[in-house]
Formats: sequence, structure tokens, C-alpha cells
Amino acid sequence: MTSPPLIEVENLRIDLADRSGRVAAAEGVSFRIDRGETFGLVGESGCGKSITALALIGLLRHPLSIGAGTIRFDGRELQNLSAAEQRALRGNRIAMIFQEPMTALNPVSPVGRQIAEMFVLHKGKDWSEANRLAVEALADVRVPAPERRVKDYPHQLSGGMRQRVMIAIALACSPDLLIADEPTTALDVTVQAEIIELMRNLCAERGTAILMISHDLGLVANVCRRVAVMYAGRIVEERGSADIFRAGAHPYTRGLVDSLPRLGSRAALGRTRLTEIAGVVPAIADFPDGCRFNPRCRLATDICRTTAPEITPLDAGGLVRCHHHA
Amino acid sequence: MHEPAKRPGDDVILSVKDLAVHFPIGGGWLGGGHQLVRAVDGVDLELKRGECLGLVGESGCGKSTLALSILGLLVPTRGRIVLDGQVVTGGQSGDRKTLARTVQMVFQDPYASLNPRQTVRRTLEDPLRLHGVTARSEIDDRVAVMLKQVGLRPEQAGRYPHEFSGGQRQRIGIARALILNPRIVICDEPVSALDVSIRAQIINLLLELKETLGLSYIMVSHDLGVVEHMSDRVAVMYLGRIVETGDWREIFERPAHPYTQTLIAAIPDPLRHTPLATTKGELPNPLNPPDGCAFAPRCRHAAAVCQRAPVPPLETRPDGHAVRCWRADEIAAQTALAST
Amino acid sequence: MKLGSSLIIGGGLFALAISVGLLAPWLAHTDPVMDANLMNAEEAPSWVWWFGTDGQGRDIYSRVLYGARVSLTVGIVSQLINSVIGVALGLTAGYWGGWWDDVVNGLTNLMLAIPSLIFALAIMAVLGPGLTSLLIALGLTNWSFTCRIARASALSLKRQGYVQAAKVLGYGDLRIMITQLLPNMLGPIIVIGTLGMGSAILSEAALSFLGLGVRPPFPSWGSMLSEARDQITTAPWLSVFPGLAIFLTVLGLNLLGDGLRDILDPQSRSRRA
Repeated sequence: MTSPPLIEVENLRIDLADRSGRVAAAEGVSFRIDRGETFGLVGESGCGKSITALALIGLLRHPLSIGAGTIRFDGRELQNLSAAEQRALRGNRIAMIFQEPMTALNPVSPVGRQIAEMFVLHKGKDWSEANRLAVEALADVRVPAPERRVKDYPHQLSGGMRQRVMIAIALACSPDLLIADEPTTALDVTVQAEIIELMRNLCAERGTAILMISHDLGLVANVCRRVAVMYAGRIVEERGSADIFRAGAHPYTRGLVDSLPRLGSRAALGRTRLTEIAGVVPAIADFPDGCRFNPRCRLATDICRTTAPEITPLDAGGLVRCHHHA
Repeated sequence: MHEPAKRPGDDVILSVKDLAVHFPIGGGWLGGGHQLVRAVDGVDLELKRGECLGLVGESGCGKSTLALSILGLLVPTRGRIVLDGQVVTGGQSGDRKTLARTVQMVFQDPYASLNPRQTVRRTLEDPLRLHGVTARSEIDDRVAVMLKQVGLRPEQAGRYPHEFSGGQRQRIGIARALILNPRIVICDEPVSALDVSIRAQIINLLLELKETLGLSYIMVSHDLGVVEHMSDRVAVMYLGRIVETGDWREIFERPAHPYTQTLIAAIPDPLRHTPLATTKGELPNPLNPPDGCAFAPRCRHAAAVCQRAPVPPLETRPDGHAVRCWRADEIAAQTALAST
Repeated sequence: MKLGSSLIIGGGLFALAISVGLLAPWLAHTDPVMDANLMNAEEAPSWVWWFGTDGQGRDIYSRVLYGARVSLTVGIVSQLINSVIGVALGLTAGYWGGWWDDVVNGLTNLMLAIPSLIFALAIMAVLGPGLTSLLIALGLTNWSFTCRIARASALSLKRQGYVQAAKVLGYGDLRIMITQLLPNMLGPIIVIGTLGMGSAILSEAALSFLGLGVRPPFPSWGSMLSEARDQITTAPWLSVFPGLAIFLTVLGLNLLGDGLRDILDPQSRSRRA
């Protein structure tokens, strides 16, 4: 018997209200993350990965809302908590970093103050103690000369430095879960490497679990132990990260892996034509019936066009949602 | 798809010689006290006919500035650009149209790069008219042929950009770049703004068009996987200078400059949870670049010689692989030793 | 999909004002100038005199109808002049930048610093009263908002990829400004334009009220108000009806501006489709 999971999402459905009524922007989303685990949610724009993250941290706002399902954090159902209780969790036990740190940071407040605020708000420290802790937090994220940097405003910092500040704020209270939504998409590769290493090491030290959200399957597979691939509002496959990359069970996963030029593959195999996934990513309003990948899938048969496949466990471990999975 | 055969060296369609673009920063009405950003500082580059040259580097390395200079949109501070035998660094406005028929560009963001108030037909027709094609039938033919070549249906010409998906928009952007039959196309991160499952379609399309139309590409990208797949030669830029250039296989299998090595090692390996290679520090302030090698402050191998002026020269080896590093040979020897 | 109600009400009111002006010769009961008859002076509104009569026995209803012609001409023509000046200055300033931008900015700030009515008054003082002077005075003094909007749009639009692409294709500056920038900034310019028309109509009323507008006896809403000044307590209908006409037209233009703001956006158009 293993210890209870840190977070457990069951059959989550997220509704999007529009003029014509409600459509499910994500549905049947289930996964669990254990304490200290690294879990990745991968998919393209509009697949529902980011709104799933927002649901976890209780930040879904109109026109989005939780339509069904449960989110259990440390044994407690998040939907049953009052707004005040949810606020007490946010930033304290569940923290989040975003793609664009410039918009996520308050432009008119020095970064040190923004970090210190976390200690005042959640740990009941007074400002002088909080300011001292803020300098330490900046030092933890390897910002050089933290005593001076605390007085800087966000616009005075580079993109990489701002993302470090975001991490410092997020990890200030040693949360149980860090949600990282495309944390390095706006950054250069060498800076991405630094931010990823920083995030990985700091979370390991603190025992913080990571939910990493990205369109970059390669990056997520490198960072996370388990990966779930989302397509058009549903999780289509969930596996150990190396398995999912080496031998995806869902045609979409395999298509994603095969369609991207991998470093070294040309040297090994010569320049072969990339395998394309035909068609376009469907918009929320036009999700197809049956399996949502069926119009783009090479293996699609009649059943795929009419019946949505159930989540099926794989012999090799992991879950897949496909009638014809490998 | 076959690997292109080696072509003779005299078949150069674009050559850039000692190009520099400096921007004054700050300074007020009285002009006093402004500083100079050397966005591009002494770049030599050659593009051969039918070749795809990958231009790699991080933001602020000067690759976009270089591209804009080649397109004639920025007047360089010094140096010259020779396109198809013609010197184009004069900067006269009359040459703009001639230049437009030689070099074109595919933009990164397919959403911002199409005029939302123009139909696809107008986007493709107007350039033809501007460049002297007036016969209605010829215009219609060329638009229809071009749309088919990029994988769109001619009936779609009457639509507006917002009626298309991101991938289709990028196809329209490619059609616009090719409608004047240019010889050279600068592709500025052509797939990085697209959904992952769409990228392969556009990469394949660009490579096909290059073969069928005999185009030469300059492929500006930070995605090394894409660069390796598409390029015949690669140039790596850092802080306004080329630090390494050579055949794609040389660059990716035997990178000689520590910066190139860092770039390649920073790509996450999806099959292993190995730590990513990191450097210390960040890109230096371009207003106040280091005296010696620009990468020295972040370089693992930096020695005393690297920290002081002059900047190391770009030394070309017999096989065409060129490196701007004082210690390239020592580093190569170390790596060879380590791998045995 | 419902069309915004402000668009319908505003457009309706504005269309009503325009058709009233155009159809005045057929709708009016009497000639607005010639049919003065002191026998009918200062009649209150009745079935015979719908809006009453003034001190010279002229039919207020007919004068309000004809007055629409002056007020709307002033509103539309002077705002057109303003829009052309504002767009030309703002677009070039934003696109070219540099010293030209400084010059245009200086001019705009100057215009914003001087109340436009005072400026118009000064111009009128030089040109003398009359419709043409009114059009010039109001057409030269209210372009600063349009200019600001055009400049800001040009600044952001010129960084768009399609403007870069047009440069790469060999388009000249003028062609880029007209084919690439202008169509994409037209939405807010038109909105500002309709609001500007409303304020031009009010300015006409104010200038006419001060005796600098259209020369009597030919009616404009403003001059009618001005003439009614002394009888506001004894014959309130003299000021109520032209005042109501101004109020409804300006309200209509403002509603129209709001409504247009919502639909002049290609993305929102496609969402409705």
C-alpha cells in the first residue's frame, strides 16, 4: 500500500460557456501526482492542459468553470473549500509559475517585496524578517548580488532573471506542488536549461512535486517521471516518460514523436521526409464525435468515428485512450 | 529525399563581407553621451545556390539584424552584401524592387504576418502588380499555381486570413514570399509559432519547394532539431559575430566552439532524465561587451587569453569548418581524450 | 446574432436626422425664412403649429427641419476635414517617427492645450461669420484625438509582420501606409469620427449661439437657440425643439460610435458569421 497521492484528479470536466451554451473544453481528465513526483501534461494549444492547471489551483474564472469531477488535494476536495481556504492554499501549498514572467510579476513593485509578501501573507512573518528571507530566496535561485537585486523592478531584469524571481516567489513557502505552465517557452535554450535545472534541483530539495505543462514533449520527458498527453480536451495517453517517447501507444503520441526532427537523427538515418500528422488541431467548438483524433488518424475505423474510446490500462504499465492502440 | 550533391564553390549567390550594423542607444536632443550597440559586428557569410544555410543563435545575437540587412531593410554601418553578382549595400530606394525579386522572407508568426483586411488573393496579387505584371490572366494563373504549390486550393483565394488555421496561414505566408520568384528565401523561425503537430507539414513543404524551385534558404532558428534537419551548412552567432560555421554534420557531430557545444548539450534528452548543460551567467550586456572572446565570461574552458583583447579570429580549417576560439584545438584534444 | 442595440438606436437617430434634412422641402409646412407673419407670432405648439412659432411668426417645425441641413453639414464636413488632417499627420508621424513625429506631437499638444472652441472663435473672428468659415474653423480645430489614435495605431501596426512583409516585397512608404496601415486603423478612426461629428454639431450650436454661425434669417439649430435666448421663459418651445434636435442627433452619433466600435473588427465579424 502506497501513501495517498498528493493530488488526485478524477473525471474532471471543464465547461466553457459561450453564446450557444456550454461546451466541454476538457473532460474525463483523471490523473494523480504523488508527493515529490514530477508529472508532465503535454499537448498543443487548446488541448485543455492550461485550464486543467488553473482548475487545480482554483483559478478558473468565467467563462470557464468546473462542470464535473473532483480534485482532491492532500485528501481534501478542493471544490468543497471556501474561497478563503482556497486562497490559503494558493501560493502556500500549491504554487504556480507562468510562461511570461513579465506579465505575471507586478511591474510597479520591487521584486524583493513581491517575494517578501509571500512570507507575510502565508507565514505570518513581519516585514523586516520577510525582507531578509526574500534575499535568501533570491540567493537560492542563484540571482547574483541578491541584496541589491531585491530592490530591482521586474523591467530591470532579463527574461531569465525574471523567471528566477517567479520561481523564488513560487517556492518561497516550500509548497507541496509547483505548477509550471510553459515555464521556459519564452526563453532561449541555454537559459531554458538553467531554469529547468534550477527548478528541478530546488523542488527536489524541498520535496515539492512538479506538474509541468508544455507543448514540448522532449523537454517534459526529460524533466518528468510520468507524462500525460492531452489532445482536444482529453488525456489520450499516460505513461512513464521514456516509454511514451520510445514507444507511444496512442497514434497521436507516436505522430508527435515521429513528426519532429530529433537532434542526431539525420546523421544516423540521413534526411528522411518527416512523418506528417494530417489536418489541423480542432477548435473547442468543433471537437469531432467519437475519438477526437479520428479525422487525423491513419488507423481510424468506423468505431473511432462514433464511439469515444475508454481509458485502458496497458500491459507495460500506463493508460491509453484508443480503440486500436499499439 | 536525397542528400544534395556537393556543388562547386564558385556558385555563390549571396556573399556578405565584413558586415557591421551598429545602433546608437540613448543620447538626447543634443546628441551627447549615446552608446553604441554592435548588433552585427564583422560578419562574413556565403550562401551557395540551392543551399540551406542554418543561422543559429539566441535572442540578441544579431541574427535578425543580419537578416534585415540582407533584405535591404537596414542600412549597414560598414561592409558589403553582394547578391547574385550585384552589390546591394548602396541603399538607394530604386534597388528595393530589384532586391525584392531576389530575396524574400517567411515570417515567424503566421498570425501577425498577414494583413487581416486583405484576402489571400490581394495579398498575392498586389506584389505582382507592383512588379509590373498587369495581364489579368497571368496574375490569376500565377496566384492559382502558387496556391497549389503551397498546398492550398485556388478557390480559397477569396478568403481572409482569419478563416485559416495557423498552418494554412503559414502556407499563405510562404506563397507570398515566393510569388515574385525570388532566388533566396530567408526563413525566420518558420515553424516555432505553429502547433507541434503542424510543424512537420511546413518543414516538408519548405524542403520540397527548395528542390522544385531551386531556392536557396537562410534558415534562422533556435530549434537545433529543425536546423539540423534542414540545413546544408550552419553558422552559429553569438553577440553579433559568427563563432562557428561549417557543414551541418561537422557542426552537429564535432562542434568545436564551446558555445555551440553548450547549445547542443542544452537540448533536453527525452529518453534520459539527465541534467541539462548549463553555463554560468547570462548573455553579456551588448552595450558593454567583454574585451576578448564574447563568450569567455560564460565559458567552461575560458583561460586568461580569452578574457583580454583582441577578439579571437574566425579561423577556417581546410575542410571549411571555421571556429572563433583561441583554445579550439586544446578543447578538441580534451574531448577526444575523454571519449576514448 | 443580435446587432448591438446602441448601433440600431444610434444609426436610426442619425439616419432620421439626415433624412429630415434631405426631405425638408417636402416635410416642411412653410418656408423657414420667407413665411414670416406677425399675425402668428409666438403661437404655442398646437395641431396647426406643431412646434409653435417664433416672434416673427415663422413655423418652428419647418425651421427645425431646415436647420438639420446646416447642423449636419457642419458636423459631417468639418469632421471629415478633421479626420483627414488627423489621419494624415498621425499616420505619417507614427510610421516615420523622428523629427516629423516630434513636430506632429508638438502640434497635437498645442491643439489639446487650447480649448478648441476658443481656437475656432479666433479663426471665426478672422474669417467672419458664415457657413464656410464655420466649416474651416471647426475642421481645423478638432483633429488632435484622431491624430493621437492614428499615431498610436501606426506605431503598433508598423511592427506587424505584414508591414515588414510589404517592405520586403518592395512596397513604397506611401503604399504601405495606405494599403497596410490605414485599413487596419479605420475602426477606431471612424468611431472617433462619429463622436467628433456630435461635438462639431454642439460647437456649431455654441458658435451660432454667440452669433458667429450661419447668418440669420437662415435657420440652424444653434442660431435658433441663440434667437430663443430672451424668450426662454415666455416661449420655451422656441428653445426646446431645436435643443431636442441637437440632443437626439448628438446622442445618436455617440450611440452609433459605440456600436461601430464593436463591429469594426474583422475577428468579431467572423465570429458572427
